[in-house]
Amino acid sequence: MTTSTSTPAPSRWERLRDSFLWYSFKRDRTAQLCLAVFICLVVTAFSAPLLAPTDPYDLAQIDILASELPPFWIDGADPMYTLGTDAQGRDLLSIILYGTRVSLLIGFGAVALQALLGVTFGLMAGYLGGRVDAFLMRLADIQLSFSTLMVAIVVGAVVKATLGSAFYSQYAVLMLILIIGLAEWPQYARTVRASVLAEKNKEYVDAARVMGLRSKRIMFRHVLPNTLSPIFVISTVQIANAIISEAALSFLGLGMPETHPSLGSLIKAGFDYIQSGSWWITLIPGAVLVVLVLSINLLGDWLRDVMNPRLYKG
Amino acid sequence: MALLEVSQLDVRFALRQGEVRALRDVNFTLERGERLGIVGESGAGKSVAAFSLLNLIAKPGFIAGGSITFEGKELNSMSERGLRKVRGNRISMIFQDPMMTLNPVLSIGEQMVECLKAHRRISTKEARAIALDKLRQVQIPSPEKRLDQYPHELSGGMRQRIIIAIALLLDPDIIIADEPTTALDVTIQAEIMALLLELCEQHNVGLILITHDLGVVSQVTQRMLVMYAGRVIEQGPTREIINDPQHPYTQGLINALPQMATPGEKLNQIRGSMPSLSNLPSGCAFHPRCDFINRADGLPRPACTQQVPDFVESGNCRVACHMVAEMLEDRRLKEESL
Amino acid sequence: MIAFLIKRLMHAILVMFVISVLAFAIQDNLGDPVQQMVGQSVPESEREAIRERLGLNDPFLVQYVRFAKNAVQGDFGDSYFYREPALEVIARHLPATLELVFAATLIIVLLSVPIGVYSAIKPRSPVSRFFMGASIIGISIPVFLTAIVLIQIFSIGITVSLFPESTAWGAWLNGLLSTEGNMPSFGRGYDLVHVVGHWDTNLATWNGLQHLVLPAVSLASIMLPLFIRLIRAEMMEVLQSEYVKYARAKGISMRRVYFVHALKNTMLPVITVGGVQIGTMVAYTILTETVFQWPGMGLMFLDAINRADIPLIVTYLMIVGVIFVVTNTIVDLIYGFVNPTVKLTGKPA
Repeated sequence: MTTSTSTPAPSRWERLRDSFLWYSFKRDRTAQLCLAVFICLVVTAFSAPLLAPTDPYDLAQIDILASELPPFWIDGADPMYTLGTDAQGRDLLSIILYGTRVSLLIGFGAVALQALLGVTFGLMAGYLGGRVDAFLMRLADIQLSFSTLMVAIVVGAVVKATLGSAFYSQYAVLMLILIIGLAEWPQYARTVRASVLAEKNKEYVDAARVMGLRSKRIMFRHVLPNTLSPIFVISTVQIANAIISEAALSFLGLGMPETHPSLGSLIKAGFDYIQSGSWWITLIPGAVLVVLVLSINLLGDWLRDVMNPRLYKG
Repeated sequence: MALLEVSQLDVRFALRQGEVRALRDVNFTLERGERLGIVGESGAGKSVAAFSLLNLIAKPGFIAGGSITFEGKELNSMSERGLRKVRGNRISMIFQDPMMTLNPVLSIGEQMVECLKAHRRISTKEARAIALDKLRQVQIPSPEKRLDQYPHELSGGMRQRIIIAIALLLDPDIIIADEPTTALDVTIQAEIMALLLELCEQHNVGLILITHDLGVVSQVTQRMLVMYAGRVIEQGPTREIINDPQHPYTQGLINALPQMATPGEKLNQIRGSMPSLSNLPSGCAFHPRCDFINRADGLPRPACTQQVPDFVESGNCRVACHMVAEMLEDRRLKEESL
Repeated sequence: MIAFLIKRLMHAILVMFVISVLAFAIQDNLGDPVQQMVGQSVPESEREAIRERLGLNDPFLVQYVRFAKNAVQGDFGDSYFYREPALEVIARHLPATLELVFAATLIIVLLSVPIGVYSAIKPRSPVSRFFMGASIIGISIPVFLTAIVLIQIFSIGITVSLFPESTAWGAWLNGLLSTEGNMPSFGRGYDLVHVVGHWDTNLATWNGLQHLVLPAVSLASIMLPLFIRLIRAEMMEVLQSEYVKYARAKGISMRRVYFVHALKNTMLPVITVGGVQIGTMVAYTILTETVFQWPGMGLMFLDAINRADIPLIVTYLMIVGVIFVVTNTIVDLIYGFVNPTVKLTGKPA
């Protein structure tokens, strides 16, 4: 899997790899296709500087006269711009490549942050219990009841206003990673906490305590590796959600600016031109977004089916 | 003709690793009002036998062969509509765990009335009256209150009494009871069993009792079958089998009862465990655990490891065992030569 | 029961308090309200005087207490932009959003239950597989994109020319797949019927309903697949349970088994999840109203953020907090009512 973590207990990882997971993967066409599509998108997006025919951030290369040109299969297209151009004359193919890179960066970064925060808090809440647990879970509940998108919107608005529009735009990627990461940590925390509560009563924890190991060590080195399985499963969904959240924030104007757009900002910019018939400016980036998120979701579904012993097919 | 006739029942499960034969060549009959016990370890096929009577086996299980006849009509080939008329009505079932079998979000009354209304055209009022009557018969205190209560508000013993009441609602001809007391407290197991027995005798209802408890079987049933790895290995009148078991497995079961042990010594047990149905030993499925695979003279009996034993008639019982067959053959030869 | 409701009331007040404190704490950073009110041309000295008059230079605690005192009496301050009480502004925009949410919920309930139940009973049928496939695609498309696509298809219209126009069958297929558009996609339309107070409804006229369709479908499009999948998963698990097997053994008809025994047990967790999704619904409303320029609370909130209209923002957040608590309470009550194993003694469901 492309999402790997740095602290697996070796035996469990290898066992998984040798057995059911890999076996199922080899037999499931859909999962293979999705992984291929996903890897393809990631690779092309991150090689944007190499692959893109033009550099959409270089103002000198933009020809305003070439604006709103349609993609190659429609009359009136210019062969130099394969997928057409947007309202400012930027080549759509290039800017989609760069935009996908931004979306993916923010997606992965936000999930990394969420996981870090969420796993730590979840471990603490589950293992230490008592007041720590009550406080953290109350906080998580309140945040979850407002729905993460809402939290992201409010936090985004506040951060933008506090730090100023210009600063925000300059560091938008980091800002968004921060915002989405902060908004979604409860998901990880809850999952990890549930796992920890289940594992806490197992004997190896008692054994470790009897040996005199400190709580932190027991938490991270002994309990955590056994809670990895659900973390993997929700990670795929969370990446998809993070990408969509970023797109939503950008669409509302609270995310990536138009000068350095992600897929969401592209959709927003293009929406104004849909009435005049230039549908490609908004719908092609939209299609790329959907394919990206769909492949991640399908992989997540497959992963959940494979790792969940209760479900059996056939 | 008997009320219920089961002949050569063959039930299989279509699993990913191939077909598994859960029941093989099961034969028995039940007369009106008769009580039959089906005994065996877990996994021997007792519940499968019970469920297959009403064609309730969940996929991937299916009835591969044989026939089940009730009052002359074939049940295994009946349509779902026809079967529904029999289920709960002429043949009812009692499951093992009353907490799991009663729907937690419906009241007791609802679950009883729906059973009546599914089979008879009566009003809710009439149905409730019948339900009340049955609740009294199972000796539940303050039955009127119970109708509007929910399963989680009642104790395990009361729930099972209600299940028995539901089984009797439509005055069935046969009740199939699948381990009816296993999930209950030991203290009330005897009570519930006694109640069931009394009601069956009173209303002349046939009973097929599935259990692993030989003690209960000996007190309640008139005839019994012993099952092992999907086959019946001994069947006949309960009294005779308990007093004089012929199949080594049955002997082992009887010897394992605490009453048969000598105080101060270890309990007798049958060594080994029952094989999985997908991995049966060759010949007689019991042979790896059997103490009698050698003949009286010490030489091995090849049939035990090579051939699945057929039934032989021994007195009123039928036994599927090569040793018993050999013994009977020897006796017959001796009588002939006299 | 009373204790339960009182507990919930306390919770609501707590939520409002926390939000108001947070919002207040950041107000300095959301822009200069005086500038918003009088513009840039007014000299600094005058602006300073206005600030002093409005008490904006007082310590935080004093300002907050003043705010709280007013709030308890129903005065949440005046919107900087609209120059009228913030509550008034919200009350004006609320009916539009509520109607949108109502229409979307109706669509979700009417569609998800039959489809979910059917896919659980017959999981391998082509119809079920189609809906499961459509569901996962639906979840992957963000709500604003669905809205845009719907606008393109139904409002602007698409002309398909995949097939050869010159042939009769080609032309027919092209015609079949093309649409003319013409569905309204901007605002609430002109044909609103006044009901009472601030409430003008879209539901009373054909034109009004037409304006409601695309936004409501967009809003429903994310939650619908979620509920279909949830109902299907729960139902499939319930159908494996002992009591369903037992009901069959009693000779109960399959219809009754599905719709009385199974459905009730299935809907319990669905109700719980549904309650939690209300929060997400509010966020999606903001997105949908932006696309369709639907003059509801979401659009108002977004504008308020861009204008740094603090009183409106704070009041909006508090109202939303109250809506959450109220909805969750109603959901808990419904759950307690439907599930006989739960006693509403303030214990969460």
